[in-house]
Amino acid sequence: MATIAASPTHAGNHAASETGLWSWISTVDHKRIGTLYLFTALFFFLFGGLEAFVIRLQLAQPNGHVVSAEFYNQLFTMHGTTMVFLAVMPLSAAFFNYLIPLQIGARDVAFPRLNAFSYWVYLLGGIFITVPIFFGLAPNGGWFGYAPLTTIQFSGGLNIDFWVMGLQILGISSLAAAFNFITTIINMRAPGMTLMRMPMFTWMSFIVQFLLVLAFPPITIALVFLLFDRFFGTQFYAIAAGADPLLWQHLFWVFGHPEVYILILPAFGLVSEILPTFSKKPLFGYHVMVYSGIMIGFLGFGVWAHHMFAVGMGATADAIFSMATMLIAIPTGVKIFNWIATMWAGEVRFTTPMKFAIGLVALFTIGGISGVMHSSAPADTQQTDTYFIVAHFHYVLFGGSIMGIFGGIYHYFPKMFGRYMSEKLGTWHFWLNFVGMNLTFFPMHFSGLLGMPRRIYTYDAGQGWEKFNMASTIGTVLLVIATFVFVVNFLKSRKGGTPAPNDAWGAGTLEWSIPSPPPDYNFAEIPVVTSRYPLWDVKHPEMTADLAHSGPDAMTITDAHATPVHEETSRKTAAELGIPMPFPTVKPLFTALGIVIMFAGLLFMHLDKFALAMTITIGGASLMVGSLYAWLTSPLE
Amino acid sequence: MATASADHAHEHVHYTTTGLDHRKIAIWAFIGSECMLFASLISTYLIYKGRSIVGPFPHEAWTSPSGQKFNAILNIPVTSMSTFVLLMSSLAMVLALAAVENRGKPGYVGTALGNSKLWLAATALLGATFLGFQAFEFTSFVHEGLTIKTNLFGSSFFTLTGFHGAHVTVGVLWLLTLLAIDFKRGLTPKDALIVDICALYWHFVDVVWIAIFTLVYLIK
Repeated sequence: MATIAASPTHAGNHAASETGLWSWISTVDHKRIGTLYLFTALFFFLFGGLEAFVIRLQLAQPNGHVVSAEFYNQLFTMHGTTMVFLAVMPLSAAFFNYLIPLQIGARDVAFPRLNAFSYWVYLLGGIFITVPIFFGLAPNGGWFGYAPLTTIQFSGGLNIDFWVMGLQILGISSLAAAFNFITTIINMRAPGMTLMRMPMFTWMSFIVQFLLVLAFPPITIALVFLLFDRFFGTQFYAIAAGADPLLWQHLFWVFGHPEVYILILPAFGLVSEILPTFSKKPLFGYHVMVYSGIMIGFLGFGVWAHHMFAVGMGATADAIFSMATMLIAIPTGVKIFNWIATMWAGEVRFTTPMKFAIGLVALFTIGGISGVMHSSAPADTQQTDTYFIVAHFHYVLFGGSIMGIFGGIYHYFPKMFGRYMSEKLGTWHFWLNFVGMNLTFFPMHFSGLLGMPRRIYTYDAGQGWEKFNMASTIGTVLLVIATFVFVVNFLKSRKGGTPAPNDAWGAGTLEWSIPSPPPDYNFAEIPVVTSRYPLWDVKHPEMTADLAHSGPDAMTITDAHATPVHEETSRKTAAELGIPMPFPTVKPLFTALGIVIMFAGLLFMHLDKFALAMTITIGGASLMVGSLYAWLTSPLE
Repeated sequence: MATASADHAHEHVHYTTTGLDHRKIAIWAFIGSECMLFASLISTYLIYKGRSIVGPFPHEAWTSPSGQKFNAILNIPVTSMSTFVLLMSSLAMVLALAAVENRGKPGYVGTALGNSKLWLAATALLGATFLGFQAFEFTSFVHEGLTIKTNLFGSSFFTLTGFHGAHVTVGVLWLLTLLAIDFKRGLTPKDALIVDICALYWHFVDVVWIAIFTLVYLIK
């Protein structure tokens, strides 16, 4: 049996290095899937940004008439949903896909086809939840979709149905990816790459995968209840039948708060790669950085009810969740100080990625401090549902996640496309973004403290909110210009940027030892890792002299065919090197398609077409099961 | 050939950090996730226990305002039997895995204990029997006036046990797939891993039922 796969392997290699649409549709290469994630998520980021821009136009002046109240509800719901589930999480996933195997010295992820499946489910789910806005049917119950508001009694129509099912679909994508990356990180590290030598981005990603695996089931169940209530007449959220009005809130925030760390930890990881590179120093306090990341993830599951201080849980619950929330500031603060200490006395180079990384450290700190302010229940009851909260979480998510991700894009663009992005345009992008971001969100602290509620589609003059809202809207204009500069830079640099060598920035981790862009198989020979910065061990041993190294005897792990770390220059194909590559396949795509059709069929039940609904749903389920069997019974490579 | 060689057409020995197969690690991560799934379902059931405004109720009789009488609805003797059946299926699963692992070893060939087909079929059959009990239970509840729409108890009970039943159904299909592979080309010790993974899932589903049986049926 073992020999059967040998002959078609070579055919697979050629297919894998092909170009054209089909090669992208059938790809199982983690780098290509990462690139697909990047482009798709950037598209949704622009779309979500556009929604935000319309929101700001509406709120620029009192009694605005840009959009109707009903459409405004759809806009703020979809802005939140898009940015959380379709932009920031998948942008992080782009980096998980592209970087984790490269950073740990692997040739792909553990389950390449499952990886393709995750992407297709994400893409199709994203389309499913986004398209309705063009027909005025977009979800309109907020990104948190509080039941009973979202039950059929208060939210008839298909809007919430799209949201419930879209989120279920996207959850499948995240869970499948999380199982994949946990396995990849546990089981595919190069010889010598102990857990405590993993690059910090891989570490933070590792923690995020556990958060995904544990946080998504509660929202899945909350959504199942809502789906059953809406479609099959169950009473989970029916207050008249005795249901608890807080059930949804608890289940949602048990997911929702870890989700915050799912959004921010990958950016923390990226920054922890960028700062040492451009300070020419190893990351300060590596172990403490790891432990504080784990601590953030762990505590993240014990603070969900701080989103619910205003619902009347009682003094005991409020006090416990208050204290737990304040505790999280400790590991987070530790990270901030460690980043500063990393730069301290380093040879700092202010490149574009470095600017964004420093931007994250500064802006996230502001968001973190306002977070500590409303961890106090009495203060929070004043701030709940005001623009103060909007200011807080945009400092954390825009100032934190988005700044970190932009830094990551500038940093890893040379690796992904073999060319640098323009520093000049990058600098413009950074400053426009930095100023625009602060001008947009800082005034919201004031409008919030003056009592301006969230989610209102307009407001009256004379409450002292006008100038703050106008400032916010002007800030958004700067952000639009900044994003335009970024898009121009991104598109121009792909073909016209300065060519980048293997090690584009003088960094110390494995991904920089291989060509830019990397060949299909990543590493011609699996490297043996000697310390936390294996490439610096080779090129700048003085920089890693203080780190723990393993002795030369660990360099012989025969079954991995490993060799010492070196800069890889070979441009041979996988076939020439005899490296087996996975076959391209579209079976994961069809499995994903089956899932989406299965959910979409249910929509027809609310159009009173029961037979049609069942036909489509069962058809989709059959497609899913059939493709899944075909997938599982065909060889990988 | 491609389909016949199914799960292991390519026995390249890939280096892994832990020495374990990727699939073994992935199934444990999956089971961890499933724990949270059932924890959410079971918590909801417990939170809603005793909050239903109308009957029928799980453990006490109820007379409706119009004078209609309903019995306490849970039938503990019958469910004890189905629980026993599911527990026995886990035993059969252990024997199926042992049979695959030990195929070809002296003393195992030819004995009933060494027949993986027998034990895979037995596991699937016991699982299907459990599902039969559940179908009987659900139908009799509906006849006694409890549906998924009736009250909070009905909604949370049918959803919780229905989710568990769906998991058992997937398990039975999985076992039947393994049985089909066994008939087609015979499962050998090299296939122990794919049986082992199925067994982990099956035992997990079994353990979840023990929690459900205790919390839903036994504790009043």
